[in-house]
Amino acid sequence: MTALAAVAIGVVSLQWVVLLVIAAVAIAGALVVVLHRSPVVGAMGLVTNLLCVAGIYVLLNAYFFAALQVIIYAGAVVVLITFVIMLLNLRPEARGGPGLVPIGLAVLLGLALIVVLGRPLLEFSAPTAEAVAPEFGSVRQVGEALFTEYFYPFLAVSLALLSAMVGAVLLAKRHLED
Amino acid sequence: MDLFLVVATIVKVALVVVVVISAVPVLTWVERRGSAFMQLRLGPNRVGPLGLLQPLADGIKFMFKEDIVPPFVYRPFYVAAPAIAFVAALLAFAVIPFGGTLMIDGREIPLVILDLDVGVLFLLAASGMGVFGIILAGWASNNKYSMLGGLRSSAQMISYELSLGLALVSVLIYAGTLRPTEIVEQQIGGTWNVFPLFVGFVILLVSAFAETNRLPFDLPEAETELVAGYHTEYSSMKFSMFFMAEYINMITGSALVTTLFLGGYALPFQRSVFEGWLGLEGNLLAVLQLASFTLKVGFFMWLYVWVRWTLPRFRFDQLMRLGWKILIPLALVHVVWASLLVMWGVPA
Amino acid sequence: MVGDPGPYLLLATILFVIGAFGVISRRGAITILMSIELMLNSANLALVAVSRFLPAAGQGAGIPDGQVIGFLVLAIAAAEVAVGLAIVIAMFRLRESVDVDLARLLRW
Repeated sequence: MTALAAVAIGVVSLQWVVLLVIAAVAIAGALVVVLHRSPVVGAMGLVTNLLCVAGIYVLLNAYFFAALQVIIYAGAVVVLITFVIMLLNLRPEARGGPGLVPIGLAVLLGLALIVVLGRPLLEFSAPTAEAVAPEFGSVRQVGEALFTEYFYPFLAVSLALLSAMVGAVLLAKRHLED
Repeated sequence: MDLFLVVATIVKVALVVVVVISAVPVLTWVERRGSAFMQLRLGPNRVGPLGLLQPLADGIKFMFKEDIVPPFVYRPFYVAAPAIAFVAALLAFAVIPFGGTLMIDGREIPLVILDLDVGVLFLLAASGMGVFGIILAGWASNNKYSMLGGLRSSAQMISYELSLGLALVSVLIYAGTLRPTEIVEQQIGGTWNVFPLFVGFVILLVSAFAETNRLPFDLPEAETELVAGYHTEYSSMKFSMFFMAEYINMITGSALVTTLFLGGYALPFQRSVFEGWLGLEGNLLAVLQLASFTLKVGFFMWLYVWVRWTLPRFRFDQLMRLGWKILIPLALVHVVWASLLVMWGVPA
Repeated sequence: MVGDPGPYLLLATILFVIGAFGVISRRGAITILMSIELMLNSANLALVAVSRFLPAAGQGAGIPDGQVIGFLVLAIAAAEVAVGLAIVIAMFRLRESVDVDLARLLRW
């Protein structure tokens, strides 16, 4: 009995360790995005962050969503961003930046946000259950919800994507005549 | 976790990694001898019988070459890029089922490393990460040719990932599952997907050629225009990692096409002839299936070589036109076709 | 098992704040776009984490709603990047720079 309990405790702490490591790397990646002067290095920080968040989705049993995250975000969005950075051949931003006062204000605002948003989140009190339902995170469950309950939002998003596509082509065209 | 399962998994992983990596030198031999055969040359025939030991000599040469890191590169990414390409290529193979179930000591061992509910998506995600290896190599090399190679590669990968994804979607709609083993079992029960979904098969094959940067789509490393494209500044083991990643990607692409369209590890007429008439079952069947899978993948590997020495390289605008104006609309229509088949109740 | 969404939500908050900080403090248009991605991504993390721990209709926990909304956010993020990058390219053609401080005129 005690051996079993020890294993159980061991498992719990292992989960915590994994979560903390992934979270630390995710935060580091995010900091690289906002602090590094070179946009390419920033894009790689973004990929690191996105992959870590995908890892957290796996910890949360949301396998389908983790796969989507990697394919769409890391695989397509960031590749597109990197492509544009290379296409424009962007150099690292000049030093100097916005100056100390706005940055100081931003840091203050950020800390305030963490306090304001973080407090209620930590006291999150909706009824939660620990054992995960067997079908949670499966493609079938998400798909069914998407095509029944969330059908109209899904339709609206498709239209938004279509209009964004047309808009992007229009904006990127050099001359509208040809 | 069961110790037996742990050991079985470790053995499977080790086996797959060793087989896939050691297939690369064999394939380079096939490529060089094959091209020589098509061009009425002899090809490498000095080292060992039929030149079979030539890849070994090449490998030793790679290892002992000086590893030059040019002074103008961005070092962290320059070093990381080949590793990213290599690891992503290997990772993608993990969800491919290469055989049925093996029975050892009364326990079933499925011959697949990761039997995931989202297996096909996992493969897509892993191969999508491989692009970063190429882009980073092109950017970090700080060289015009490398940069152009990286740029071309990212544009090409984004464009052809769409038609690849749409071809996958039609198979997934038809099969009604994303789990590769289930897709294969379904084809064993019914017909191979290549028959009802032939257009999807062709689209997936073309897209796989483009995704692996092979001729006729090898613009990222077009040696007559770009010296060597994204790996111009790489030497020694770093270069050979890119090289191996390309071949492993070819193997994974072939395995994907095989799994989705040609019944994966299924034997032809498995239900009627091999299980019914010959009465095969258990381990013997599994071994035969493994052989069948290897043969099918081998055929597509030969196809890569065959096409490479037959077709000339596309121009970049032709490549983009083929991807965006022909393959994607065709793939969209094909998705509708697959949905119609499901509506008519064709899949068993 | 980490038994409630608290830690995940805290992480999401931190990532959101870092993203917001990037949007405020940086001038490169592409870095700003990437920071916006960070913020959207943190919102997704919060959504999925909460939906994982809410009780399901049957037994156990986990409802699909968070993932579905997250999916819609993913699609919007992709659309946002496509349009954003097109604007960045158009702006680069005019100004030879992606510095947002240079883009404060409504005409050229």
